[in-house]
Amino acid sequence: MNVSNQNRRDFLKKSAAITIAPGVLLYSISQAHHTERPVKSTTRWGMLIDTNKCINDCTACLDACTEEHGLTEEVPIEIKPVWIRKVTLRDKQTGKESSLPIMCQHCEKPPCVDVCPTGASFKRDDGIVLVDRHICIGCRYCMMACPYKARSFVHEALENQKPHSPRGKGTVEACNFCVYRIDTGVGPACIEACETAGHQAMIYGDINNPDSEIHKKLKEMSSSVLRPDLKLNPGVRYQGL
Amino acid sequence: MKNVTFYIIEGKSFAFYGGIIVSVFFILLGLLASYNMEHHGHIITGMNNQIVWGIPHVFAIFLILAASGVLNVASISSVFRKIFYNPLARLSALLAITLLLGGLSVLVLDLGRPDRIIVAMTSYNFKSIFAWNIILYNGFLIICAIYLWFMMQRSMQRYYPTAGLIAFTWRLILTTGTGSIFGFIVAKEAYQTAIMAPLFIALSLSLGLAIFLIVLLIDCWETHCSLGDGILRRPKKLLGILIAGVFYFVLVYHLTHLYFTGRHGVEYFILAGGGIYTVLFWGGYMFLGTILPLALLYHERFTHSRISIAAASLLTLVGGMSLLYVIIIGGQVYPLEIFPGKEIVSSVFVADTYSYTPSIWEIMLGLSGIAIASLLTVTAVRILPFMPRSLADTDIDETFKG
Repeated sequence: MNVSNQNRRDFLKKSAAITIAPGVLLYSISQAHHTERPVKSTTRWGMLIDTNKCINDCTACLDACTEEHGLTEEVPIEIKPVWIRKVTLRDKQTGKESSLPIMCQHCEKPPCVDVCPTGASFKRDDGIVLVDRHICIGCRYCMMACPYKARSFVHEALENQKPHSPRGKGTVEACNFCVYRIDTGVGPACIEACETAGHQAMIYGDINNPDSEIHKKLKEMSSSVLRPDLKLNPGVRYQGL
Repeated sequence: MKNVTFYIIEGKSFAFYGGIIVSVFFILLGLLASYNMEHHGHIITGMNNQIVWGIPHVFAIFLILAASGVLNVASISSVFRKIFYNPLARLSALLAITLLLGGLSVLVLDLGRPDRIIVAMTSYNFKSIFAWNIILYNGFLIICAIYLWFMMQRSMQRYYPTAGLIAFTWRLILTTGTGSIFGFIVAKEAYQTAIMAPLFIALSLSLGLAIFLIVLLIDCWETHCSLGDGILRRPKKLLGILIAGVFYFVLVYHLTHLYFTGRHGVEYFILAGGGIYTVLFWGGYMFLGTILPLALLYHERFTHSRISIAAASLLTLVGGMSLLYVIIIGGQVYPLEIFPGKEIVSSVFVADTYSYTPSIWEIMLGLSGIAIASLLTVTAVRILPFMPRSLADTDIDETFKG
């Protein structure tokens, strides 16, 4: 066998390996066991926040969100990414004070989705409102339209983003309900932190599921939504407000 | 009417080259600002998470409204068949195109991701008035270009009135769309009203006509083309009517808000306690932009002077800019009423109040929109015959009696 034949044979072997290997790999990935739950329109993810249990000076949910999504850039407060914030309110007539976290309210009829020119703001079938960072052009019309001031614009270049929670300069972002955790059966980071802190002021679940805790609680006790006059039917409900 | 002849400007004067140099200078400043905003992010602007649209939007909407309104002169000529305006129709349609391109440039360069302009052109959410506006703006450019072609090519002139009617209708829809960007926002108390659409239409007509008069006066001063008092008198009267028309819609807008108890807060903010926004409303819009130009246009002492017409036109632009600043930025600065009946004692992770001061980069970007419109206009009149050779009254209308 001459040298050139041997070389040709080696070349063909390597080419075949290079061509087939990724295919085999992709096939095995596609056949792998899915840990994610399918997104169903019969599901409506929601959150219930008991303002009587929410402690005034506790920031566990805020800290958890910052850590989970890597919202750590040090910028002036006016342009700080705010996926969740806390306010303490006083009733003008009774003087009653209540403390509560506010995040994207994941409306059933979200104005941000209505106004987005490219469809980057969208609502999943299970009610979670998200931003597709690939087609967000950074026009900020959704921020104008959101009645809860729940969205932030990324004002500068970012470093150390979390792979599970994509962010990018020049695009708009907001609470994504820790969608990647929800899809694998784990609750949002803020709720987990509230539980760990021992307050149990926040619960989440499928509002449509009669067996879920959130459904039962909403059935038993009265709750309210922010800006009910707008009839947006938010997925985030409050007790004791 | 005599046959009007059009000509290509010589373009050898000091003013021509001066105009080009100044325009290019401001365009370069705008590109520098845009590069910096793209490179560093919007952190270098005065905008923040509450005031998300700043002075670039004021410039952009100002130019877009003016573009729609400036076509009025051509519309009066072709739709309403007023021959007095025929010689001005070409310039009117040209300015409509150039002003719109200037405004859109600013709007696009202020995006967080201007590199994704193709996405904005190809991925549409048809429930969004913004998406409709993208179609309306692009359509307007095409329609105006066809309108101009039909105007300028003799063999196509029989289609000219039809093109004029389409352009007229289209621009009314376009300005309705621009006003509805604000009218459709349910979240903010200063917006959320259908009157935004007719208010923006009226504003577009007054801004457009004011710009047209300024361009006409500059051109005739520069080229020494004869410009009759008769041909100036009609648009001058019309400008007064349009300024009054804008005032009417502003009045109804505020009266409506004053009637709604829930909106007293925002009304107090704009009309009395809003600092710069109150000053701009009363000083910029009401006094400089409405009362003073109306006095200049109608008072016997000033009404015959061309300087008065030029000053009134400039003041109309100052007033329009002030009004847009108050609407666009003042409407965002006023805090959202998320918790009716409650006061916020403290908040974490979010500022208590938000304010806005435009940065130099934003102003540079905004001014570059005007520069783009100017450069395109000057270049176009140097290449194609847009300008009428004479605007003497008897050249336009032989029966003119002074």
